[in-house]
Amino acid sequence: MGMTIAEKILARASGRKQVSPGEIVEGSIDVAMTHDIEGPMVVEGLRELGTKKVWDPSKIVVVFDHQVPANSIDAALNHVMLREFAIEQKIPDFYDVFEGICHAVLPEKGFALPGRLIVGTDSHTTTYGAFGCFATGIGSTDMVAVFTRGELWFRVPESVRMTIEGRLPKRVMSKDLILKIIGEVGADGETYRSVEFVGAGMRNINMAGRMTMCNMGVEMGAKAAIVPPDGLTTRYLRGRARGSYKPVYTDRDAAYVEERSFDVKKLEPQVARPYSVDNVGPVSEVEGIEIDQAFLGSCTNGRFEDLVEAAKIVNGRKISKRVRMLVVPASREVYLKALERGILAIFARAGALVEAPSCAACMGGHVGILAPGEVCISASNRNFRGRMGSPKGKIYLASPTTVAASALKGKITDPRDL
Amino acid sequence: MTCAWVFGDNVDTDQIIAGRYLVKLDPHELAKHVMEAADPKFASKVRKGDVIIAGRNFGCGSSRERAPLALKTAGISAIVAKSFARIFYRNAINRGLPVLTCAGVRRGFKTGDKVRVDMLGGKVHNLSTGGTFKVEPLPDFILTILRAGGLLPYLKRSVGKAGR
Ligand code: SF4
Repeated sequence: MGMTIAEKILARASGRKQVSPGEIVEGSIDVAMTHDIEGPMVVEGLRELGTKKVWDPSKIVVVFDHQVPANSIDAALNHVMLREFAIEQKIPDFYDVFEGICHAVLPEKGFALPGRLIVGTDSHTTTYGAFGCFATGIGSTDMVAVFTRGELWFRVPESVRMTIEGRLPKRVMSKDLILKIIGEVGADGETYRSVEFVGAGMRNINMAGRMTMCNMGVEMGAKAAIVPPDGLTTRYLRGRARGSYKPVYTDRDAAYVEERSFDVKKLEPQVARPYSVDNVGPVSEVEGIEIDQAFLGSCTNGRFEDLVEAAKIVNGRKISKRVRMLVVPASREVYLKALERGILAIFARAGALVEAPSCAACMGGHVGILAPGEVCISASNRNFRGRMGSPKGKIYLASPTTVAASALKGKITDPRDL
Repeated sequence: MTCAWVFGDNVDTDQIIAGRYLVKLDPHELAKHVMEAADPKFASKVRKGDVIIAGRNFGCGSSRERAPLALKTAGISAIVAKSFARIFYRNAINRGLPVLTCAGVRRGFKTGDKVRVDMLGGKVHNLSTGGTFKVEPLPDFILTILRAGGLLPYLKRSVGKAGR
């Protein structure tokens, strides 16, 4: 019986020839990531368990990204705690407040490699699947077990195949595609499963776009979201990859529990209305809704390619007076590149606030908090009640181009109209 | 007597404990704000032993382990839902908070009903209406972790040698 990419990776990591969905396996972890929100909980857990030394510092990555620089004494204390831990444990890949969002940093620094088994204390760890690895989010207690023993139990997930055909129309982005998919399958449509995005259409979507899609895999409940590696993957990894890697591919006779296909040729920009990510419709259904804030950033859509697409729309124009637009590059690498190419200047000239790399408004724990009744159009991944501040605030999720167009007009706007 | 708190589908982790409270490590601080976005009165009214009854996809969203931790610290003794999001489910067990799956449970309760959870017998009773609901049995290794009070107490007890 053939295996899918997910099954092959879990088989390799658990030292087996064959695994099948439903089996429980103990996998050895190739990379384990934690950040400034869950990290302190992991440190507490390690203390409780009595772990003096982590299993392998070279396989651990620590990133400060959620509240950087610290915006409260509590946040500063959490940073101190985790910083001391990283130094004491001699973790070489510790990125303090300057590097960016974990899900941008790990791929940039070459940790997300084909065939690897990666865990992170963050649900959007699924992002790395864009590189053909099995990457999934876990809680802090599971991470205590990983930091201590280097292994974790997994239930081998069923696999789902989503075949993408066609090329995205102008100003329509992979964000629109993933929103469309989530709208169709539902917020729990793929719970516990591993979703593979395949097909000729995926070959036309760059690595940034693939990361956006895998990032939001978790918004349909998926345990992992995977794109089979190809030439684009290899090109991205050249000069970045940390060590060697061996891509794995699904066997011809592997089993999927579900198959779907999406043709993107005629896809319209999509928007997810409050308060759930699967409350999706074409932008025409929400056009004209007035907004107070526009957020371009996050681990979903804060990459260079996202900023470029949005800047094409903003260039030479002014952001509506009633809107505050926040532009937050996902990482220092993105920030520098956008700075050097004049992209940040386009936003600043238009009246946007350009912030240093961080999660920023995405989680309502740092900048860009909403007041009751306020509306935000956001390129991030969640529109839950209270996610960005007041539970009475409203978040509409959209692509970077839709966010940019809406910021200019002061209301939700179809980016194809500009 | 323990009471039921009934919630709908897709209760996400931001409703359980909002991002702005995640700087707090003290579980009692977290418990003060638990379920705030879903029901602002919940944190002050919940009593020790109370049970959450919910619909589909309970705990969807973030991997924040403070979600089950805050619920447990607030006094919740079990969550019975039609289904759970994957990471929340595992986090809850790791924190020693029983999470039980039961298809028809939500329609069988309203907030305030008296409830009894019989984990070993695999049943949830609504003592106010007399209704009984069968829950899906938990595998033995999960029951063992729950009985120990969570994964860390379990590891400490059973492995002992975990800290190298
Ligand atoms: S940008 Fe948002 S979703 Fe991504 S890691 Fe940060 S808080 Fe989480």
